[in-house]
Amino acid sequence: MSHTEQDKHSHYADTAPGDESLDGYEAAEDVGTYLIGLGLATLLTLVSFFISRTTLVWEPSIPVALAVLAIAQMGVHLVFFLHITTGPDNVNNVLALAFGVLIVLLVIVGSLWIMAHMNHNMMPMDQIMQMQS
Amino acid sequence: MSAFDAAVGQEVSNRLERAQGHIARHAAGALASKRIIAGYGFWIFLLSDIVMFSAFFAAYAVLVDATAGGPSGQSLFNLGNVGIETTCLLLSSFTCGLASIGARTHNGFWFYGAMAATFILGATFVGIEIREFTGMIALGAGPTRSAFLSAFFTLVGCHGLHVTIGLLWLLTMMAQVFAKGYRADILRRLLCFSLFWHALDIIWVGLFTMVYLMGVAQ
Repeated sequence: MSHTEQDKHSHYADTAPGDESLDGYEAAEDVGTYLIGLGLATLLTLVSFFISRTTLVWEPSIPVALAVLAIAQMGVHLVFFLHITTGPDNVNNVLALAFGVLIVLLVIVGSLWIMAHMNHNMMPMDQIMQMQS
Repeated sequence: MSAFDAAVGQEVSNRLERAQGHIARHAAGALASKRIIAGYGFWIFLLSDIVMFSAFFAAYAVLVDATAGGPSGQSLFNLGNVGIETTCLLLSSFTCGLASIGARTHNGFWFYGAMAATFILGATFVGIEIREFTGMIALGAGPTRSAFLSAFFTLVGCHGLHVTIGLLWLLTMMAQVFAKGYRADILRRLLCFSLFWHALDIIWVGLFTMVYLMGVAQ
């Protein structure tokens, strides 16, 4: 692809999320993208299910491994199924995604953090019962 | 005027010309097509939907140990079922991608075939989930049993509801393509539908990991 042609594709127009960015459109190539995505997602799912029941790895590491595998699989879905890329025609989509991820992290981590502290600071139930009687 | 000045003047005017060309091209590109606007708007909606799910995820994570003496996830969850559900949803995401290729190439066989496969896989998912829910309620582990189960039914049920709505939308899209053909506005709706369907699969990845796999691994 010559430089000017690449310029035409990547510089002016944005790409809708879910669309391939190239408009020189090849259906077979697109099927290949979905197949790669399906293969990677299947692999990550199988590893997740295997890890959750295995005794091969150190037990406290299992939830961390599961979280990492899930995030990796979400990335695979975003790239190969939703076609969210780092290309210049995808900046708007990526920025919106980044904002969404920020809010999701704030809600989940913030809730867990605050509720763990409240649980920690709460008086045990039997003591509350004693005070009431 | 020296030769140097002339060279500088020439260079400045060259740059100015290039900059103007750049601006003109950008102005032309600033008018995004309707497909991009619709897709982007729907992408924003999907992200806000994911933010809503994150609140349910947070509630579940906080309440997962609040079983009130009732059954925990370890005794209730059947990983075999979850494996089948995951396979169904992943394959349906793939066939949904094939359907969007079929629509773009105006290939009826691929489009209707892949959409029908997506529907069957999605309906199987919903069916297994309903069976799981009714089985749990029959065991006395309904949403009213404990805070853990309330959070579980809200989170998983909300996802199941999304899949059910997606199935209705899928049938609508098949009917619209059948009645109106591969028109630009129909293809835009189809783009939004496939985004929706893929996003549901992303949420399911978080769901089967956090609820089922971590619940059983505990």
